[in-house]
Amino acid sequence: MINRMGMQKAGFVLLGATTLVVVIPILLVIGYIIYEGMEALSWQFIRAAPFDGMKQGGIFPAIVGTLLLTLGTALVAIPIGVGGTVYLAEYARDTWLTRCIRLAIINLAGIPSIVYGLFGLGMFVLFLKMGTSIMAGALTLAIMTLPVIISTAEEALRAVPTEFRTVSASLGGTRWQGIRYIILPQALPGIITGIILGLLRAAGETAPILFTVAAFFLPHLPQSPFDQTMALPYHLYVISTQVPGMPDSIKYGTALVLLALVLSMNIAASIIRSYFRRRRQW
Amino acid sequence: MVDGKIVIDDVSYAYGGDWILRNVTLHVPPNAVTVFFGPAGGGKTTLLRLINRLNDLVEDTEMSGRILLDGKDIYDRRVNVPNLRRRVGMVFALPLPIPGTIRENVLYGPKLAGMNNPDQLGDILERSLMQAALWDEVKDRLDSPATALSGGQQQRLCIARSLSLEPEVLLLDEPTSGLDPISTRKVEESLYELKQNYTIILVPHSVQQAARVADYAAFFLMGELVEYRPGVDIFVAPRDKRTEDYVTGRFG
Amino acid sequence: MMSQAETSEKPQFIWTEFVIEASIRVLGFSTIGFVLLIFLFLLLEGVPVFWEVPLKNLFGTRWYPNFGYFGTLPLIFGSAFVTLTAIIIALPLGVLTAVFIREVAPEWLREILKPMVEVLAGIPSVVLGFFGMIVIAPLVRVIFNAPTGLTVFSGALVLAYMSLPTIISVAEDALDAVPKSYRDAALAMGATQWQTIWHVVVPAARSGIAMAVMLGMGRAIGETMAVMMVTGNAARMPLDLGSLFMPARTMTATIAAEMGEVARGGIHYHALFGIGIILFLLTFIINLAAALAIFRKQRRGGLR
Repeated sequence: MINRMGMQKAGFVLLGATTLVVVIPILLVIGYIIYEGMEALSWQFIRAAPFDGMKQGGIFPAIVGTLLLTLGTALVAIPIGVGGTVYLAEYARDTWLTRCIRLAIINLAGIPSIVYGLFGLGMFVLFLKMGTSIMAGALTLAIMTLPVIISTAEEALRAVPTEFRTVSASLGGTRWQGIRYIILPQALPGIITGIILGLLRAAGETAPILFTVAAFFLPHLPQSPFDQTMALPYHLYVISTQVPGMPDSIKYGTALVLLALVLSMNIAASIIRSYFRRRRQW
Repeated sequence: MVDGKIVIDDVSYAYGGDWILRNVTLHVPPNAVTVFFGPAGGGKTTLLRLINRLNDLVEDTEMSGRILLDGKDIYDRRVNVPNLRRRVGMVFALPLPIPGTIRENVLYGPKLAGMNNPDQLGDILERSLMQAALWDEVKDRLDSPATALSGGQQQRLCIARSLSLEPEVLLLDEPTSGLDPISTRKVEESLYELKQNYTIILVPHSVQQAARVADYAAFFLMGELVEYRPGVDIFVAPRDKRTEDYVTGRFG
Repeated sequence: MMSQAETSEKPQFIWTEFVIEASIRVLGFSTIGFVLLIFLFLLLEGVPVFWEVPLKNLFGTRWYPNFGYFGTLPLIFGSAFVTLTAIIIALPLGVLTAVFIREVAPEWLREILKPMVEVLAGIPSVVLGFFGMIVIAPLVRVIFNAPTGLTVFSGALVLAYMSLPTIISVAEDALDAVPKSYRDAALAMGATQWQTIWHVVVPAARSGIAMAVMLGMGRAIGETMAVMMVTGNAARMPLDLGSLFMPARTMTATIAAEMGEVARGGIHYHALFGIGIILFLLTFIINLAAALAIFRKQRRGGLR
C-alpha cells in the first residue's frame, strides 16, 4: 500500500515538473522581452518615425499601421462572424449542409497563415486589383479571424438556456425577436471575448500581411485604405532579419510593444469573460 | 360533446420516430378549466405544446390530424404563428423569468406586439399582475430584477406575463410543481377568477390537484386518451379500469 | 377579442425581419464560400507550374529557382523533419501537462495554468521567432557545438511550444469527456488515483488525445514566421540524424521568403502557389479527420 501511494506521489511530482517545463519558458519569454525592451521604451520611441535606415527613431508608423489593420479587420470580421454564428447556433438544423459549414470553419482555423497570405495576394491584391493595401490586408486577416470569432461566440450563444427561446416564442415573439432581445444581450460578453481573441490573432500575424499590405519602410502614415502601411509584426521581422547592424534595443522595444498590445487584449478578454460569468442570472 | 373552443381532431404526433400521441380526439369547452392528467410520458405536455405550436421549434417530428381554434385549423399554412401564440398563452412547469426586471418580464409580449404607449403599458402591467395575484407584493419594486422574487412569486409573474397579452386560451403545464403549498393554493385560487374570461387547460402535478380544479378532465395513458368527462365524475366513478387504477393510486 | 381572432388569419410580413434573417443565412454559408475561394485561387495560380516544369524536376532534390531547379523534396522533407521533431518534443509535454491540469491540479492552480497556456497561444509567432533567434539559437550553438544555432532542432523547439496550447486544450477536453462513473468505478475497486488515470482515464480518452496531437501537428506544419527566423533556411535534403543540428528550409518559409521577390505570373510564382496547394491539402486532410471524429462523437453521445 505504501508502495502504491509512494508511486502515486512520485508520479504526481513528475506531472507537476512537466507542467513547469511548459509554463516556465512562457514566463521567461515574456519576462525577458519586458526586461530588455523597457530600456528602449520611451515616449520618443512610440511617437517618432524611424530614420537613418531605421536604426534610429521610433516605430510610430508601425503602431498606427497595426491599429488600422486591426480596425479594418474588425469592420469586416465582426458582422460576418456574428451573423454566421447566429445562423449556426439559432437557425441551422442538423443537415449535411450545416456539417459542411462546420467543416469549413474547422478548416479555416487550420489553414496555415502563409496560405492566407497567398490567397490575399491572388484574390485581393491582384484579381480585385486592390494592390498591396490596408484594404487587401484587412480582408485577408478578417477571413483568417472568422473561425476564432465564430467558435467562441457560438459557445456563448449555446450557453444561453433554450428555455428563454421557448418563453419568447410563447409570448408571440418571432425567432429573430427572441434572438435580438434575449439571446444576443445575454451572450454579448462571450461574443465580445471571441471578437477580441480573433482580433489579437490578427494584430500579431505576419505571414498573411507579407504580400498584401506590409511596407518595408514608410516614414509617413497611410492616407487611405488603398495605401500600404508598416505594421508591428512585420517591422519586427524586418529589423531582426533584414537589416544588418540594427541596434538590439530597437528590436527588443518593438517586440515589447507588440507583445504588450497582444497581451493586453488577451487580459481584457479574460476579464470580460470572468466578470460576466459571475454576474449572469442563470 | 358540444363544439369546443378548441377541437383536437384525431391528432397523432411522433418525435424521432416514436409516437407520443395516438389518435387523440377531444373538445375543450370555453370558460372552464380542463385538466389533462395521467402518468408521466402520457403525452399531456406534448399535446399542450401542440395547441400553441411551440413544438414547431423541435426538429424531427411528424404530425397528423387537425387542431381547431374557434373552428379554424391552427396548422393551416396561412396562420400567423406569433399571433396564434398571443391568443394561446402558456405557463411552464418551472418559473422562467427572462433576464431583466419585473416590469420588463410582464411587458415583453406587448412590446413585441408593437405596443409602445406608456399609459397603455402601465395599465397592462397593473392589470396582469392583479389577475395573477401578485400586484400587492411587487407594486413597489417593479424595476427590481425578476430573479430576486421567491419561486412562488416568480411563477405568478410568469402567469402575469402570459396574461399581459389577453390571450383567449391559457395553457398551464404543471405550474405548481416547484411551489410550496401556500403558493400552490394562491395559484389555484387565481384559476377560479381567470376561468370567467379564459379557456384554461391545465396539466396538474397530482391527481388531487386535478380533482380540486377540474371542470372537465381527460386521462392520458401512453399517448392515448383513455377517458374524458366532466370533472368530478371521472374521479368518483371512472368508467375505464385503467383510469380507476390510476385515480385510486393502484397504478403501477 | 373577436376582432383579434379575425386578424390572426393574415400573416403579417415584416420586411426588416425578412432581410435580417436572409442576410444571417448568407453569412452562415459564407464560410464555405471562403474555403472554396481560397482553394480556387491556389489552384488558379499554382496549377500552371505542372505544365511549366517537368514532374521530374518538381520532385527533384534541388530547389534553385533562379537556375530553373524547382525540386520540392528538400522543402517537403524540411517541413516533415522540423514538424516531427517538434511533435516528439511536444507530445509528452502536452499530454502530461493536460493530465496534470485536468486530473491532479487543485482548482486554484488550474485557474492559473489554463490562462497561462492561453497566453502562450496569443504570443505572436514573430515574437517567438525573435526570441528563438536571439536566445535559443546561440544556446543551441554553444551546447551542441554546432556551426550555427539556426538549426532544425532550434526551430523544432520553438514549434513544439507553439503547438502546445493546441495539444493541451484538445487533450484536456478529451480527458474532460471521460464520464465520472469510470473514475468512480476504478477508485471504488481500490485503485489509486494514479492507477485510475493511467489504466482508465487516459485509455478512454486516447482517440481525443490522438486528435490533439494531429491538430498540434497541423499547427506546426503551417507555422511560418518563427520557423523561418530560427531554422536557418538552407534548402538541403535532411537525410541523416546529424541534420538535426544543421539548417533546413520548410515549405512555409520558402513561400514567405521568396514570394516578395518573384515576378508575378512567372514560373517561380506559380511554383510557390503550388507549394501552397500542398500545404492547404495537408492541413485540410488533418482537419477533415478531426472534424469527422467530432461529428461521430456528437452522433454517438448527442442529446437529441
